[in-house]
Amino acid sequence: MISQFFVLSQRGDNIVFRDYRGDVQKGSAEIFFRKVKFWKEDGEEEAEAPPVFNVDGVNYFHVKVVGLLFVATMRTNISPSLVLELLQRIARVIKDYLGVLNEDSLRKNFVLVYELLDEVIDFGYVQTTSTEVLKSYVFNEPIAVDAGRLPPLGPASLFMQGSKRMPGTAITKSVVANEPGGHKREEIFVDIIEKISVTFSSSGYILTSEIDGTIQMKSYLTGNPEIRLALNDDLTIGSGGTSIYGYGGSSGSGGVILDDCNFHESVHLDSFDVDRTLSLVPPDGEFPVMNYRITQEFKPPFRINTLIEEAGQLRAEVILKIRAEFLSNITANTVVVQMPLPKYTTRVSFELEPGAVGQTTDFKESNKRLEWSLKKILGGSEHTLRAKLTFSQELHGNITKEAGPVSMTFTIPMYNPSRLQVKYLQIAKKSKTNPYRWVRYVTQANSYVARL
Amino acid sequence: MAPPPPPAYNQRSPSPSQPSGKGEVSDLKMQLRQLAGSRAPGTDDAKRELFKKVISYMTIGIDVSSVFSEMVMCSATSDIVLKKMCYLYVGNYAKHNPDLSLLTINFLQRDCKDEDPMIRGLALRSLCSLRVANLVEYLVGPLGSGLKDSNNYVRTVATVGVLKLYHISASTCVDADFPTTLKHLMLNDPDAQVVANCLSALQEIWSLEASTSEEASKEREALLSKPVVYYFLNRIKEFSEWAQCIVLELVSKYVPSDSNDIFDIMNLLEDRLQHANGAVVLATTKVFLQLTLSMTDVHQQVYERIKAPLLTLVSSGSPEQSYAVLSHLHLLVMRAPFIFSSDYKHFYCQYNEPFYVKKLKLEMLTAVANESNTYEIVTELCEYAANVDIPIARESIRAVGKIALQQYDVNAIVDRLLQFLEMEKDHVTAETLVLVKDLLRKYPQWSHDCIAVVGNISSKNVQEPKAKSALIWMLGEYAQDMQDAPYILESLIENWDEEHSAEVRLHLLTAIMKCFLRRPPETQKALGDALAAGLADFHQDVHDRALLYYRLLQYDVSVAERVVNPPKQAVSVFADTQSSEIKDRIFDEFNSLSVVYQKPSYMFTDKEHRGPFAFSEELGSLSIGVESAANIVSAQRVEANDQDLLLSTSEKEESRGPGNNGSAYDAPAYDGSAAVNAVSTQLDLVSLDHTSPTSAPSASLAIDDLLGLGLTVAPTPAPPPPPALELNAKAVLDANTFQQKWRQLPISVSQEISVSPQGLAALTTPQALLRHMQGQSINCMASGGQAPNFKYFFFAQKAKEFSNYLVECVINSSSGKAQLKIKADDQNTSEAFSALFQSALSKFGLP
Repeated sequence: MISQFFVLSQRGDNIVFRDYRGDVQKGSAEIFFRKVKFWKEDGEEEAEAPPVFNVDGVNYFHVKVVGLLFVATMRTNISPSLVLELLQRIARVIKDYLGVLNEDSLRKNFVLVYELLDEVIDFGYVQTTSTEVLKSYVFNEPIAVDAGRLPPLGPASLFMQGSKRMPGTAITKSVVANEPGGHKREEIFVDIIEKISVTFSSSGYILTSEIDGTIQMKSYLTGNPEIRLALNDDLTIGSGGTSIYGYGGSSGSGGVILDDCNFHESVHLDSFDVDRTLSLVPPDGEFPVMNYRITQEFKPPFRINTLIEEAGQLRAEVILKIRAEFLSNITANTVVVQMPLPKYTTRVSFELEPGAVGQTTDFKESNKRLEWSLKKILGGSEHTLRAKLTFSQELHGNITKEAGPVSMTFTIPMYNPSRLQVKYLQIAKKSKTNPYRWVRYVTQANSYVARL
Repeated sequence: MAPPPPPAYNQRSPSPSQPSGKGEVSDLKMQLRQLAGSRAPGTDDAKRELFKKVISYMTIGIDVSSVFSEMVMCSATSDIVLKKMCYLYVGNYAKHNPDLSLLTINFLQRDCKDEDPMIRGLALRSLCSLRVANLVEYLVGPLGSGLKDSNNYVRTVATVGVLKLYHISASTCVDADFPTTLKHLMLNDPDAQVVANCLSALQEIWSLEASTSEEASKEREALLSKPVVYYFLNRIKEFSEWAQCIVLELVSKYVPSDSNDIFDIMNLLEDRLQHANGAVVLATTKVFLQLTLSMTDVHQQVYERIKAPLLTLVSSGSPEQSYAVLSHLHLLVMRAPFIFSSDYKHFYCQYNEPFYVKKLKLEMLTAVANESNTYEIVTELCEYAANVDIPIARESIRAVGKIALQQYDVNAIVDRLLQFLEMEKDHVTAETLVLVKDLLRKYPQWSHDCIAVVGNISSKNVQEPKAKSALIWMLGEYAQDMQDAPYILESLIENWDEEHSAEVRLHLLTAIMKCFLRRPPETQKALGDALAAGLADFHQDVHDRALLYYRLLQYDVSVAERVVNPPKQAVSVFADTQSSEIKDRIFDEFNSLSVVYQKPSYMFTDKEHRGPFAFSEELGSLSIGVESAANIVSAQRVEANDQDLLLSTSEKEESRGPGNNGSAYDAPAYDGSAAVNAVSTQLDLVSLDHTSPTSAPSASLAIDDLLGLGLTVAPTPAPPPPPALELNAKAVLDANTFQQKWRQLPISVSQEISVSPQGLAALTTPQALLRHMQGQSINCMASGGQAPNFKYFFFAQKAKEFSNYLVECVINSSSGKAQLKIKADDQNTSEAFSALFQSALSKFGLP
């Protein structure tokens, strides 16, 4: 039973604070913030505070969303998953209403947020988190904030960056806000978002790889029509018990094999086994239709080659080579390559390839890290960075043990390595106007690492 | 209380501006007062702005209670936004302004009769949230009509309202017969949320009432009856995902009647494992695990079945959500590592994961390591060890060490550990030294290889006290094999004054002693210096140890040798492993914080807040207290472990460990510090030993009895009357099973009986009765209490059948009454057993 719910800004002040049961002291927000800020592991090492901890008999749960801390406190022993899921869900519901979730929008709309919180939880028990049901209890109009300033919440925000094909404003639209002109635009967004993790060994061999995918939906359709979503015919679920970690499978043999998946509760799977079709009546707001996990082998979008060589007693040279192994009509953006350097590195001089555009390099002195950012990488292209390192002391031992591994973050719109597809999106509705349907694919690096 | 607002704030967002002091609040008061009577157009908008300000002050912790009466005056409005803000305000301050709160009752009561169900619901919720004891009389009426309201929103609010009322005034709530109304609604209301709220409210109310009311505890049991559980299960899809979690938690406590029952429930809930909400999946998992506890094969299949869904949850949510799921996966991996041994790659760390996730994963990797995957796991761990992330590098080295300690073929791993020492990173060297020391304590046969490498480490590069102590220990222990040992120790002793850690100085003293006993001529001078420095040391322990050594040497060198350097047995299990008792309790509390904290709930929650887990706490504390007080790992427990095929072999090693070692004084440590904690907290709760005035022999006798082991102390067995029911004279039941059964079985007999005067006279200590009952083949699981109240948990078994009877017996020696609660595997014979038990009890005290 949740005693209190509050949202703290990055500086630790209350933006909203709701006490449901009155059995936890009022100063809890302060106690919590101090604890999180100065979390110590084993009494010495500073580390990130875990999402759940106990201070003097009070359990504190928190999730971080767009730099804000969503916190619940209670004295009872409760399912941690339930509370953490709930906190995340509250953030999503608030975002559905405000369009944009950030400190500014929360402060401007805190009365609306209190309205929501009153209905979401009563005396510590969850009542509803359905954006749709809540609509009838919310009477405040959302006050819009400038969407451009802070990154919005959720994976769909990926579409905000770069790509002009997407109507970026839609995803910052409140579910209750009316468009100027009075009528609502009928549209539905289906996003296939894949986060990939790959670890390359020092010889370039793939040690582990995984795709964590989500089909995310956001519906602005009126009248709650039923929707049918058809996926690949050759989709199979479960590795059939043959190989539990399916690296044996040949990647060319067609079928998309999911290790496992789960579904939003609104999804009906009646015909899923027959024709791989999901049917659902989408609730208002943003929600994941399906989450899936794939360990089947796939072709990684980037190859990373790293060479680090000693060049004299106090010097070494690093050569980083990135090759984009996807089609040339696809472009990756916001690519960042990072590499920890030996801790006695004092100076780094960079040498970009001739004619390089949109590339920046940096040596982060504080944590001895090399950073190489590339605004865009076209499919099929290759980029190289040379860096000359100067050390303050002589090398001993193997330099490859003092540096690396190289990690990479990127976003690739209109690309998904799993080849999972939405074949069609059918809206069962007898309306005159045909609603807009947006099916969008994007791939993002989760943990993309090459060892030295 | 209010955190001082940052000055930058005003410029950033002007809307709820920060007040500089009290002036603002009194300003607000004035403005509100002006608006209170106004009917001018636009008044509501002006009020909205003011109310907003009030609420925003309230949020940041500024006390705005002084505008209470003005807020109430302004509340006469039809604007629902204003109403809601006003309700919020009133709810927050009513408790501290009970008199003013009376002002609000009027308008809230009026709103409770509004024709708009929304207003009715809102008003009723606010009315119940006032938390003012002397206003409860105004609650009963509106609540009663709320529960009967035709609108489901009002009914959901009213059901929670009943619970709120209960917390303000339990008697008012019970007198109005609200629990009965809730029960009726729970079983009949068409709205699923109303039903779910009734269940939550009733669970809370009846759990709190159960301690005083027999009826409530029966009602609580009835929630777990088959019809009720099936009623909920059949409606499960109507409930919201959150309410499903509550229902599933209830189902996990249900005791199925037979295996069909079990499979029906599991088939019905199968698709819940595909839910995107991790809380639903974990709650379902708990049901599956609990239902199949007694079916080893199926239980194992459940592990296989839940693996994939849990792994998907770990990788699909936010880091926080995946942490919660991963903690549970961690628990399962620890219980049944071999089931997960081929999934080890899922537990590899990703570079961007937070420390708390990586740490869990490292422990899981350690647990699943077996002959077939150790090479790959250790290779992966070695990558982390070289990582720039120092805390993770340390944890990884510890993980490699743990794998080495749990494997039989440690050859390759020792090599890796020794390679760590060659990396010449101080933190790596430090961690590795500690590990090499532990490794040598377990596998002394490796000393040759290790010593060669350790000998090459310059003690100057080792600064951390733990690592330094480890190095010094090895220097002392292997003084004869390490050429330089005396000289390295000597140089360390020369720097005695710069050594800040008492731990290191203590180790230095011991090491130099050991060294001296083996290589006296080379060490004599250093020993002298060390003893002199030790005697002058300001640290009490160091000083005392130096003095002890000095006097020992003075007295007899060979005695000193025996004390300082006795022949050692290799350590088979290290003491910091958690007892299986604790682990089982955490498992029983699956899908709760106990799993994340890796502690049973009684260690971090006060009794009143244990909530749905409270069922077995009292019993649990009794039995745990007893066991750890006795410092024994009972033989039964080991046997029980053998039956539990899901326990790893290494775990079985642990529980057998102490027996193999055969050194009595080692035993307490194996119960773990956690258990010791348990004793201290639990003793307070049940005042276990207070009755026996520390007479050692009788205490130990009593402890034997408590565990049902003391069959040898059977007193003159009074020939029992020809019993309808025969009991097994050698019944055995371990504490865990008892606890589990006690929680799961319903009460079949509950009654109050009188105890004969002779019996009362003989009941001077709780132990007296135990021996008597044992003579009647009724064994005691745990007992405690002080005159006049004694509490016992007994158990008995039907002869030739594995059917148990469990009894809770509370005897009040001043009133001469005994309260009996009997639970039985076989309900049909519980009456017969009850008669037998009573007849046994009635003979107590007779010559």
